[in-house]
Formats: sequence, structure tokens, C-alpha cells
Amino acid sequence: MPPIRTDWVEVRAESDIVHARQLVRRLSSEMGFRLVDQTKLVTAASELARNTVVHGGGGRLSWECIAEEGREGIRLTFHDCGPGIADVQLALKDGWSTGKGLGMGLSGTKRLVNEFEIESRPGRGTRVTITKWK
Amino acid sequence: MERIPILRMGKFLLITIQVDMHDTTALALQDDLMAKIARSGARGVLIDISALDVVDSYIGRMIADISMMSKLLHARTVLVGMRPAVAITLVELGLSLRGVKTALDVEKGMELLAAALEDGDAADQD
Amino acid sequence: MLAQSGLTDLLRNQTKQLHAQWMAELAAGLRADSRIGATELSEQTGEFLRILSEAAREGVWDGPQSPQLRPVLSFLDEVSRSRAIRGFTPEETATFVFSLKRPVFDHLRRRFEADPKTLADALWTATELIDSLGIHTFKAYQRTREEVINRQRTEMLELSTPVVKLWEGILALPMIGTVDSARAQTVMESLLERIIETGSTIAIIDITGVPTVDTLVAQHLLKTVAAIRLMGAECIISGIRPQIAQTIVQLGITLEGVTTRATLADALALALRRSGQTIAGTRPS
Repeated sequence: MPPIRTDWVEVRAESDIVHARQLVRRLSSEMGFRLVDQTKLVTAASELARNTVVHGGGGRLSWECIAEEGREGIRLTFHDCGPGIADVQLALKDGWSTGKGLGMGLSGTKRLVNEFEIESRPGRGTRVTITKWK
Repeated sequence: MERIPILRMGKFLLITIQVDMHDTTALALQDDLMAKIARSGARGVLIDISALDVVDSYIGRMIADISMMSKLLHARTVLVGMRPAVAITLVELGLSLRGVKTALDVEKGMELLAAALEDGDAADQD
Repeated sequence: MLAQSGLTDLLRNQTKQLHAQWMAELAAGLRADSRIGATELSEQTGEFLRILSEAAREGVWDGPQSPQLRPVLSFLDEVSRSRAIRGFTPEETATFVFSLKRPVFDHLRRRFEADPKTLADALWTATELIDSLGIHTFKAYQRTREEVINRQRTEMLELSTPVVKLWEGILALPMIGTVDSARAQTVMESLLERIIETGSTIAIIDITGVPTVDTLVAQHLLKTVAAIRLMGAECIISGIRPQIAQTIVQLGITLEGVTTRATLADALALALRRSGQTIAGTRPS
């Protein structure tokens, strides 16, 4: 089923992390997500946007407001052409970290959303797709 | 770059975070605060985040760091006003901020600091 | 096609007779019913035939999926919906459409008596149409029932999580029944909201009424305790029955850093002490 609305924004500079948070807050609140779910999705977006800027050397965030099987949701894809992650399974473990943070980046983010997909190859960049249903 | 103001209230410092912070703003706040504690000899720090609707792992880490650094400078930190949705999200994210003291609001945080100060001073005299 | 035109002709030109026969059929099938009056039923069937004949007028239809049937389907959605809400059974709801078969078949038989081949074709077209409408009705009925069940589930969740104020600054949440993820989440959220509203510094979660504590329930309790602490309040878990204490340890669950008490009364006493309050007896001792 095609998305109801879709678009993308650049995630290059540090200020784009703030913009990504504001964008996701606006979308989720417009779609009538519960406050707790809005907060979880915005937080997840913030984590992934920071990864894109800090580790991926910048990239883009594509967003879709979707509806299927009688439910509505938001799907966010963060895509960069940075160095990539050699061991994705390891990166998804609690406590794994390369930069600043508490090592909860990817594994914690996964717990905040309903669906989480990551594709990454060394030297070929990283693509993370998350979906949260209303 | 905008800076978060640090207010002095007697022996305590009060920081009210009201804006959606850039990562560099958070770093600058950490620097400013440490300098201010050292300069003023403050014994307690209150961080009021009741206006924040998102706290991610970066801000979480900043709060945990501030708490540990202040301790080295002989000042206690109390985090106040975290919203329910933010608390639920942080726990789900895996950040329980175990080393950080918390209180419902500025007033209760202030009481906590004052009580700790009394206990601490009494202990110092032993 | 002669067979189809027979059906179209019936729907367009003999609507009145068809309506009367259908009503007779429905009346025979259903006992006197307080859930729907004869007038309302007659209006419903009349309106349905009007919309169906309108669809027939649009020309040749290419089977039950034909787009010109859309208004018919959405009318049936409404009929099923209102019947599901009024407590009709699925059979009764589907009968609304299926009872149309006999009058239609009777008519077609009379009309094509001399031509068995066309009669068979016409019957097939009519069967296909009415069956698909019947199935659609059934699906719509089921959808409405699911909506009703979901709504009741949400209402029940809200009902089953009463957060009460025990004392100034002390809240209690007596949990009763099985705890699943959805319920644990609702419980946690309403407790946290009430802490803010009342400015309470201590929350007691009483699990006396929870039959079993498994790893999942324990995990939810631990998360709730952690979230409450982040907000600046304190959480005590009470009502841990002996066998539950045994299960918790046997499962290897650590409730480390969580204050627990055997009974709600013990928890309240602790909460009062921690918040610097005392209860004094009125009789001098």
C-alpha cells in the first residue's frame, strides 16, 4: 500500500539532529500518536540522527506516514554513505559503543519501536529503518 | 551558540533546561557548570528538566557525567521534574541513571539538597 | 446476455413485488423482534433494493467485484454495523441478504420456465451475486464485533487500574488479575501521571491480587520502579505472598534495589515513616 505522505530531509550537521526530533514530533503528534509513543519515536529518531551525523558522516532521513491492515504508523529510514558497521549483531548488543553515549544507541533504539531493520557493510554505508504503529 | 543560564541560589546552583538542546550546547553547559561550582564553592546542583519533552542517551549521559563530576568538586546533583513519558522512554532505552539523585520538583529537590548538606556537615565534624 | 438481463429486469421493474415477497420471507424467518421494528425493517429492505436496482441500471456487471456494486456494499456495511451493535447473531445478520434468494429464484423460474439453459445461467448469476453480498455482510458484522471487543478491552484496562491516594503524598495501586504487557503499560502510565498530578513522593504497588509473577511481570515491575525513581518519587512493592517470593527466587529474578514488603499495611507504615508522618491513636495509652 502506498504511503499517505512521504518526504525526506538532510541529516548532515549537528543542528539537523534537533530538526529531525522536531520533524518526528510534529508528524507523530499530527497522526494522533499517544504521548508516550511520540516520545519513544522522537527519542529513537534522535539516536539514529546522531549516528548518521557522527558515525556516518551525514546522510538523509526519509519519512513515510503509512496505513495498512487497518492500522497507521510512521516509518523512518536513516541512510548514510559512511564507513558502515562491520559486525551488525555485535552493534545491536547492549553496551556496545564507539562514540559518546552510554552504549545504548542501537539496542536501546530497537526497544523503542515496533520494527527495526539495519543493513550495513564496511565502506558502503548504513541504512536503518524503524517503524512505529499507532 | 546559545548557552543555558546557571542561577545561583545560596549554596546551590539551579539550571533550568528549556530548549531543545544541541549537543554542543549540552557540552558547553557541562564546562560552564564545573567552572561555576569551582568558583562559587556551591554544594549542590539542581537540574530542572520539567520543560524537556525528550531526553535521549546523549543528554542522559551528560546528566550522569555532571552528577559524577560535581561529586568530585564536593557538590551533589539532583535531577528534578522528569516527565512520565520521558521516564518511561529512558527506562526502555536502558538508561536508569542509577547514580543520579532525583526529585519531583525544584522545591522538593531543594529540600533534599538542604537535608543532605546538614547530614554531610554533621558527618564532617565527627 | 439474457440471463443477466432477467435479473436486471426484475430489480428494475418489479422492485415493489420483490420487496413484498422479501418482507414475507423475512417475517417467516424471524420471530417478533424487539430489536428492530417492522417499519424500520421495511425501510431497510426497500432502501437496499433501491440501491441495488440503481447499481443494476448502470449496465452489465462483471461479477460481484464490479465497482458499480460499491454503494450496495457500503449500505450493507451500515446494516451489519447497526445489527452487530444491537446484538443480532451473525446468522440473523446474514439472513437479511440470504432471504432474498427465494423471491428472486421464484421470479426467475417463472420467467424462464420454457428455457432451462437460460434459467440455469440466471440462477447462477443471482446466486453468485447474493452469496457475495451475504459474505460481505458477514465480514462487516465481524469487523464491528472486533471493534466492540477492542473498545471493551481498553475500557476494562482502564477500570482495572485504579490508582488511589492512601495518604498525603502516598499513592497505592492495587493490582488484581493476570498482568500482560498491555496492562502493565497502562498501569505504569496511569501511576506515573497520578504521581505528577498529586505531587506524591511514594507509590505502593500491591500485587496481592496477582496470581503469578513470572519473568515478564517482574520485568514490568522493575521498569515501573525505575521510571518512578527517575521522576523523583519512590516505589514500594507490597503483597508478596510466600509462594510468590519462592517463585521469584527460583526463576532467578533479582528485585535488587527494590523495596518490598509482605503486606500493604507494612508498606504504608514504611511510607509514612519515610515521609516523616505518624498516625497517633486517639485513646491515651
